[in-house]
Amino acid sequence: MLFFIILILTYASGFFLPWWMAAVIAFLAAFLIGKTSKQSFWSGFGSVFIVWIVLALIKSIPNNQILVKRVAGMFQLPNWLLILLLTAIIGGLVGGLSAWSGMLMKKAVKG
Amino acid sequence: MKFFKALLSLAITLLFIWVLRSKFGPVPPLGEFLNPVSGFWQNAESKNNSAEETLHITGLQGIVTVKYDENRIPHVFAENDHDLYLTQGYLTARDRLWQLDIQTRSASGRLSEIAGSAALEIDRYHRRMGMVYGAENGLKGVMKDPLSKLMVTAYTEGVNSYVHQLSPKDYPIEFKILNYQPEEWKPINCIFLLKLMSETLASGSDQFAMTNNLKKFGPDVVNDLFPDYPFHEDPIIPVGTKWDFKPLPLPKPSAGFIAQMTEKIKARERVEGIGSNNWAIGGSKTASGYPILANDPHLNLTWPSIWYQMQLSSPTVNVNGVSLPGAPGIIIGYNQHISWGVTNVDADVLDWYQVKFKDSSKNEYWYNGQWAKVSKRVEQINILGKPPVIDTVLYTVHGPVVYESVAKKPKSKYNNIPVGNALRWIAHDESNEFLCFYFLNRGKNYEDYRKSLTYFAAPAQNFIFASSEKDIAITPNGRIPLKFKDQGKFILDGSDPANDWHGFIPPEQNPTVKNPPRGFVSSANQSSTDQTYPYYINWRFELYDRAKRINTRLAAMNKATVDSIRLLQTDNFSTRAQDILPTMLKYVNTAKLNPAQLQALETIKKWDYHFDANSSGASIFSLWWENFYYGVWDEFSDTEAYLNYPSYDRTEKLLLTEPNSRWFDNASTPAKEGPGEIITQSFIKSIQTLSTQQGDPGDKWNWGTFRKFSINHLANIPGFGSGNFSSGGTSAVINAVANGHGPSWRMVVQMGPEVKGYGVFPGGESGNPGSFFYNDMFSTWKDGKLNELLFLKSADEKSSRIKTTLKLSSK
Repeated sequence: MLFFIILILTYASGFFLPWWMAAVIAFLAAFLIGKTSKQSFWSGFGSVFIVWIVLALIKSIPNNQILVKRVAGMFQLPNWLLILLLTAIIGGLVGGLSAWSGMLMKKAVKG
Repeated sequence: MKFFKALLSLAITLLFIWVLRSKFGPVPPLGEFLNPVSGFWQNAESKNNSAEETLHITGLQGIVTVKYDENRIPHVFAENDHDLYLTQGYLTARDRLWQLDIQTRSASGRLSEIAGSAALEIDRYHRRMGMVYGAENGLKGVMKDPLSKLMVTAYTEGVNSYVHQLSPKDYPIEFKILNYQPEEWKPINCIFLLKLMSETLASGSDQFAMTNNLKKFGPDVVNDLFPDYPFHEDPIIPVGTKWDFKPLPLPKPSAGFIAQMTEKIKARERVEGIGSNNWAIGGSKTASGYPILANDPHLNLTWPSIWYQMQLSSPTVNVNGVSLPGAPGIIIGYNQHISWGVTNVDADVLDWYQVKFKDSSKNEYWYNGQWAKVSKRVEQINILGKPPVIDTVLYTVHGPVVYESVAKKPKSKYNNIPVGNALRWIAHDESNEFLCFYFLNRGKNYEDYRKSLTYFAAPAQNFIFASSEKDIAITPNGRIPLKFKDQGKFILDGSDPANDWHGFIPPEQNPTVKNPPRGFVSSANQSSTDQTYPYYINWRFELYDRAKRINTRLAAMNKATVDSIRLLQTDNFSTRAQDILPTMLKYVNTAKLNPAQLQALETIKKWDYHFDANSSGASIFSLWWENFYYGVWDEFSDTEAYLNYPSYDRTEKLLLTEPNSRWFDNASTPAKEGPGEIITQSFIKSIQTLSTQQGDPGDKWNWGTFRKFSINHLANIPGFGSGNFSSGGTSAVINAVANGHGPSWRMVVQMGPEVKGYGVFPGGESGNPGSFFYNDMFSTWKDGKLNELLFLKSADEKSSRIKTTLKLSSK
């Protein structure tokens, strides 16, 4: 449930709100409906991980990946998929850490 | 405990996000850059362009229609000139915003604001050279005239209409990498672009090095090795052209003064400068009976490219060609009546004056028999992450004292700037180049062309011209100082007014020729005239090599077509090889060569003098000549003063006509060497280099493989350039692809009742590496082909090449 809530809200916010809204969404969602720290972290991680891949590919597929290939060259990486992976991991960590601290905050406040 | 854990986790999360938003070293802030919401992914442009687009932008007075062709070149149709230049600014910003920003920062000495103190000395250099001072003066000139004022203010409005509606996710990718924001455009930024062109094309200075040469070798040697007219020459204005004006009285040389040079810096190796070609052939020599005009300016090749192609149309104008991002109007192009192009003149418009200060306070200096007050200009340089630096620049009657003491000058940088000297530079003067292009864009005939040129000051250009009335012409043109012969060849005494510039050559007396008997006009940065021209322009110009080849080919050409001209633009023939290779071969002592070297000698004997990509002879000759050249002038390398090497031209004369010259002798050996020894030694050395670097003789020895060439991103961002590619050409051949520069725009225009233009530049219209139009024209350029240029008569004209129609109207 937490996974889908974060997934849907992060995806929707991705078109008009700043990227760090993912952190706010994951934090609040876990604060409200999180169950355990572990479940919160992985729900946050997995959902933002996936959303960022989807949002990136929405732009990159019609682009035939020409930009991400150049960016891979800038980072001296051999394959553009590594840029996609790096993007997703960063998004995942933002979502996961935020959901985790949201859950811990819930525990602290509500006992 | 629970609270502690919660707060700790929150702190970790916030710290992580802070890290993602911060820039460390050259790496962009990773979260900001990589997130798909506003990061670089947003710069990925879709291959699907809609056929219709409507935009509302601020400032427009009417409706503007823009037709984009298959290379996404905009064809702009406006209802008035204001809207036309506003749209030019808007569209240029849309495609090239970061380029506009970085070139302004570079010219105005504001790179430190985004790059930190690493860029401080570059910024100080630009400030101290008077770039901002010059731009402020330039703006005064531009704003005085209502036409140029309209161009610049409307263009500025257009750029700002684009900048103001941008959100961070739309910023060009370079802003995201370097982590800063676009800023508002100002009218003076348009002038900075002009100053940058002056810096590129008219800021070279041999004066310091020549003065040191004079000190080290004395006047006899300097006069012999650095003559005022080259050995080989084929001047722009054909030899024997009569001057139909009464020249002004020439200024008298001053008493003369050689400045005291105390610095010890390594000698400067002579590099061949940036050059360009243009020519126009008259109707008598073309298949159509109408003139054909060609131009290929050689500038640094970068992505984004220096040029931005456009068609600009309003009730007063309909012109097609290339613009420079930051400058309103078309710089090189054509309309229904005329076509024009430019190459650099190389006029001496930059001089150094030795300043004698009264005391160490440097508040007064000696000028015209009395102490004059130094004026001071304070430059504030803002630095990222550091307090600003306040730099005070001293100005004399001549201009800024760029570095008044050794302590002020950065070590091992800007070697050609003499300490304690004031700079007199044409780029500091009030001028109005935009007006020249305003009138050229609207020109109908030869008279309009001549009138337009009177507005152009700097950097002086060889303006070539052809019209549908079948006139052709060329004019080395700009504001050229009136000087005594060789004034400014060496550093001048700043206290003697006899050394000042004595006004300017009257614009109508600049060298010019119209419809010469030979049936064509051309230029390739060589001497403007033969030695009968009454005025002094410079003591040195670029080598005659390209000009000689162009003139030989054009003289032989009959019934020329666009295609024969296109082939000439990509010609790789080396005049130098033709002039001297037979003599070099004659001197080779084959007894000293091993079998591999003998084999290489056979290769170069069969070479056809073309620097083609698949030629190994070109690689051998290139190395051989270079080794020979530095072998001859060894006296100039081992010294502590900053010296100038003799020219290639003088070296050729030495080889061809002075075999017994003392310069062939290697100063560091007891034996007496002649040309044979140096020729043979340098040949052996060249073959050794080729073998070491490229292995056994074979395809790897080919010029295109041996000589690495690539087009880099303007900020040298890895992955954003072309990568190495094989290319023919070198400096001093028509196809002057060398050292990061080359033909930055090739254009051929067939005049006639129906004018037809062809052109290409090595890049694309978009400055965005995430666009399909970032480098879509590159392969056409690389293959030596040209695109047929779409030139629409009106917004209603149908063409299958139009892919998108954009309607612009006011908000």
